[in-house]
Amino acid sequence: MDIYRAHVLCCGGTGCTSSGSSQIIERFEEKIKEAGLEKEVKVIRTGCFGLCEAGPVVIVYPEGTFYSRIKVEDVDEIVTEHLLKGRKVQHLVYSDHATHEQNANKGLADINFYKHQHRLALRNCGVIDPENIDEYLAFDGYKALEKALTTMTREEVIDEILKSGLRGRGGGGFPTGLKWKFTYNSQADQKYVACNADEGDPGAFMDRSILEGDPHAVIEAMAIAGYAIGASEGYVYVRAEYPIAVKRLQIAIDQAKEYGLLGENIFGTGFNFNMFIRLGAGAFVCGEETALMRSIEGKRGEPTPRPPFPAVKGLFAKPTMLNNVETYANVPQIILNGADWFASMGTEKSKGTKVFALGGKINNTGLVEVEMGTPLRSIIYDIGGGIPNGKKFKAVQTGGPSGGCLPVELLDTPVDYDNLIAAGSMMGSGGMIVMDEDNCMVDIARFFLDFTVDESCGKCAPCRIGTRRMLEILERIVEGKGEEGDIEKLENLANTIKATALCGLGQTAPNPVLSTLKFFRHEYEAHIRDKKCPAHHCQKLLQYVITDKCRGCTACARICPAGAISGNVKEMHHIDTAKCLKCGACIEKCRFGAIIKV
Amino acid sequence: MKSLAELEAIRQKTLSRINLRKEDESEAVRVVVGMATCGIAAGARPVMLGFMDEISKRGLNHVTVSQTGCIGMCRLEPMVDVYLPGQEKVTYVHVTPEKVSRIVAEHIVNGRPVEEYTIGATEDK
Repeated sequence: MDIYRAHVLCCGGTGCTSSGSSQIIERFEEKIKEAGLEKEVKVIRTGCFGLCEAGPVVIVYPEGTFYSRIKVEDVDEIVTEHLLKGRKVQHLVYSDHATHEQNANKGLADINFYKHQHRLALRNCGVIDPENIDEYLAFDGYKALEKALTTMTREEVIDEILKSGLRGRGGGGFPTGLKWKFTYNSQADQKYVACNADEGDPGAFMDRSILEGDPHAVIEAMAIAGYAIGASEGYVYVRAEYPIAVKRLQIAIDQAKEYGLLGENIFGTGFNFNMFIRLGAGAFVCGEETALMRSIEGKRGEPTPRPPFPAVKGLFAKPTMLNNVETYANVPQIILNGADWFASMGTEKSKGTKVFALGGKINNTGLVEVEMGTPLRSIIYDIGGGIPNGKKFKAVQTGGPSGGCLPVELLDTPVDYDNLIAAGSMMGSGGMIVMDEDNCMVDIARFFLDFTVDESCGKCAPCRIGTRRMLEILERIVEGKGEEGDIEKLENLANTIKATALCGLGQTAPNPVLSTLKFFRHEYEAHIRDKKCPAHHCQKLLQYVITDKCRGCTACARICPAGAISGNVKEMHHIDTAKCLKCGACIEKCRFGAIIKV
Repeated sequence: MKSLAELEAIRQKTLSRINLRKEDESEAVRVVVGMATCGIAAGARPVMLGFMDEISKRGLNHVTVSQTGCIGMCRLEPMVDVYLPGQEKVTYVHVTPEKVSRIVAEHIVNGRPVEEYTIGATEDK
């Protein structure tokens, strides 16, 4: 095998791929060949680096130069300057939002975005070529499987996971070791291991990035799980909307089979394990464990009451152990480094790290992994780089449609399962959406409920009918037709749905409403009583007016599509509110900041 | 199907290939070749390829080869800096592909710089 003096790593995650990284890779290969460097420089397509905001991302080793927002046209310069002559292309090097500091002579680990992170589940993402099993092997890949199969008993493996304190990363936070133990204890002629990669929360993409960047970690973990609980087959249920993840996972499974890491008699120990992919058709409810298993069986994806729990009667009515992608990604490291190593990270009841998808009103949109117990403030400001355009932080939404919004007073909450629940939200799978002063909290609640109503499978009445009624009330409120008593009605409905819905989706659906009511009740009251939206977001509750800053330049009158603005040149203009569409075109056009929303 | 020993062999072989991506560089040996116009014109490219070839032949996982620009002494090109952990950098001048294997064997492997090729030997005379 040839060695190369330089490696050009280009992100092949979904984010960077959609902003053109495939063309960039092609161009690199072309130009490197042109320059006669093909024996010296290797181009590698990796998984997600996490800093999606700065994508497409290119890193050149051995220097570790971090180039961001690369366009196809930039490739020529990087090849002729950096690769051929050894001079970094300064103007393409990533510069920090907050400090405007370039990392020209620093490694990845020195960038603020990465400095505060602790990458465990994402350790190989952006580092290895996910389509090459040899690279995974070189980074200690399949060593954990080897250790488990050749030196540990099944009970020892389960014990190690139990002792590590690992909890389910999909949202529930159930102790993983216990799940393994329950399935191990079930007696049956056939058991199954399953992986939940049906990541449906709006804005969440942790599992996608792991499957895209490090698919072998999940395969290795599932094989270890299969050995521990006594299963010979594993199913990965992954959304069809993740084509890159599906493709790389399939490549990885095929490579593992070829190397004898999946299949019959693995390492000559007599242990058999095979893996299959099942594609989900995009129903949110199929992320719920019982619905997911029905869907794998080829039936309609609807939840069933528990008990029986999957550990007793799951897939094809056999004992089944279902874990989330990120949970699995931690397993090989725990087996390799020991439970004590893992348990040394995190808080008392939440061990290890957690991956979050940062989105919304934040500078560094992307994927971050931090130790449990890291304060929200550190994630949002130190890693996320704070709120863009000098706006004020208002709330952070965690846990997707099942979670809640936390206000500024709770920014110092150390993030772990129990703290977030105590604060009125939840960990969920790891979506973290930041909102600033322009976001209306009532409308946010309406947005999430709209999602749940859309995705409700309709099997049970509380979810099918109850969430629909709640949505109708919220829609009335944001349109300025709220009535006294609406808040109480919402609370009443929310509590009933929480108590009576069949599955986790329904039981948690009212959470966005309850948590915004808890922390932002005054916004609901302003909508209902004063018919005002404090964030000036709800169109029906605001008016555009021109203040005396107006110089009469007529720019607004010319851009207005409704012809609602009138006035003479060099005189103050006026908006006819009856005609105004509230499209906001005039505000963008006005150079004097004379038009405001009230 | 691969045996455990075969897997370990793949690990080691791949590691030598991707070693330069590891962030921990405390143990790493760096060979830096001057590759500005002057260096390239004086024949730095065959020298660098020679280093890469020698290093991969000997399976020296901990050595990375990289390039740098002109440091101003163009008349001494091709120049090569070798950084061994815990030692001062050694600068070789007028390096040719023939000199490479001796530098690798004596300096990088055995830790004794090849004095007669260094900048000190050339400039002091």
